[in-house]
Amino acid sequence: MKRQLQSSKAGILLALAGLLMAGVGMHRGEMSTVFEKAVKICMECIGIG
Amino acid sequence: MDKRKDAGSWNRHKIQAVWALLTNSYLIGFAQGRIYKGSLKNLCLPGLSCYSCPGAVGSCPIGAMQAVIGSWNFKFPFYVAGFLLFAGALMGRFVCGYLCPFGLFQDLLHKIPFPKKIKTFPADALLRKLKYVILAVFVVLLPMVVVDILGQGAPYFCKLICPAGTLEGGLPLVLLNESMRSAIGWLYVWKNALLLLTIVASVLIYRPFCKYICPLGAVYSAFNSVAVFRYQLDQEACIGCGACAASCEMQVDLIKHINSPECIRCGACKRACPVGAIHFRQAGKSRQSNTTGL
Ligand code: SF4
Ligand code: SF4
Repeated sequence: MKRQLQSSKAGILLALAGLLMAGVGMHRGEMSTVFEKAVKICMECIGIG
Repeated sequence: MDKRKDAGSWNRHKIQAVWALLTNSYLIGFAQGRIYKGSLKNLCLPGLSCYSCPGAVGSCPIGAMQAVIGSWNFKFPFYVAGFLLFAGALMGRFVCGYLCPFGLFQDLLHKIPFPKKIKTFPADALLRKLKYVILAVFVVLLPMVVVDILGQGAPYFCKLICPAGTLEGGLPLVLLNESMRSAIGWLYVWKNALLLLTIVASVLIYRPFCKYICPLGAVYSAFNSVAVFRYQLDQEACIGCGACAASCEMQVDLIKHINSPECIRCGACKRACPVGAIHFRQAGKSRQSNTTGL
């Protein structure tokens, strides 16, 4: 039981760490790199580029 | 039991289909051969879902990760890695079972009748490690190391491997745009050959792309045993009949490893268990006191 609670805590802590990391990336401006790639047709993805 | 199994799997497919439609709901893109350019594309989707699909309203996390790693100004993708950490820590490969359009595509292909479906083969276990190599080499290393004079790396997984990009982006866009049709070359042929191979293999083997190739499945697999939503086995209730393992199309032996990295949380084992010994567990809650959560 104790082990389960601990490992659930691990999941929650990792999820929070993920949010924090994503926030750091957004702050660095990584989201605009993702956006710019996603709004142009990705020639590599479709097998042309 | 088979009827129950079928009804359960179709219920899951309905959820997968609704999710695939919601996340690819820019239907005008299919009519006009163009892609959505709105602000939702800032956001990653949890499943493998090509952002060059005319209907896509979000970004593929694997494509996004390569875009950031391969950009000249960033090398570590905090935003995408953080998103994957968040989604993985909450759900693990539940994403694969429910929230991935390419997973649904393979599920449906596997329903096509064929006299002899392949459950396993001698190199199966070894091949399952391939997805981790593909993640390390094509998603991380090559875009980081093989760069042009501006310091930019290409998305090598998308370019050389991803059949989801060919299916969701390559086929509709090339069919709908004459200028693109005139630009196709060996790479397009190669990627279509890989898509065809994936389709044929999916009829014979359950989810071959997820088992052997998918780098996103590789990422989420690392979280299956710590994810907030995961399985637990009630060892007191379990009678060791093996019905769960026999029902599992991913060939997970649940009694040995209830949260195996290969489990996509499809729920077939839960439905097959005659004594209801497999549960979804939630953070901090346990329905039975004598259970094994790892
Ligand atoms: S392994 Fe990859 S393709 Fe398969 S369901 Fe998971 S994310 Fe989708
Ligand atoms: S272990 Fe159960 S939930 Fe996981 S893939 Fe197998 S049948 Fe589906």
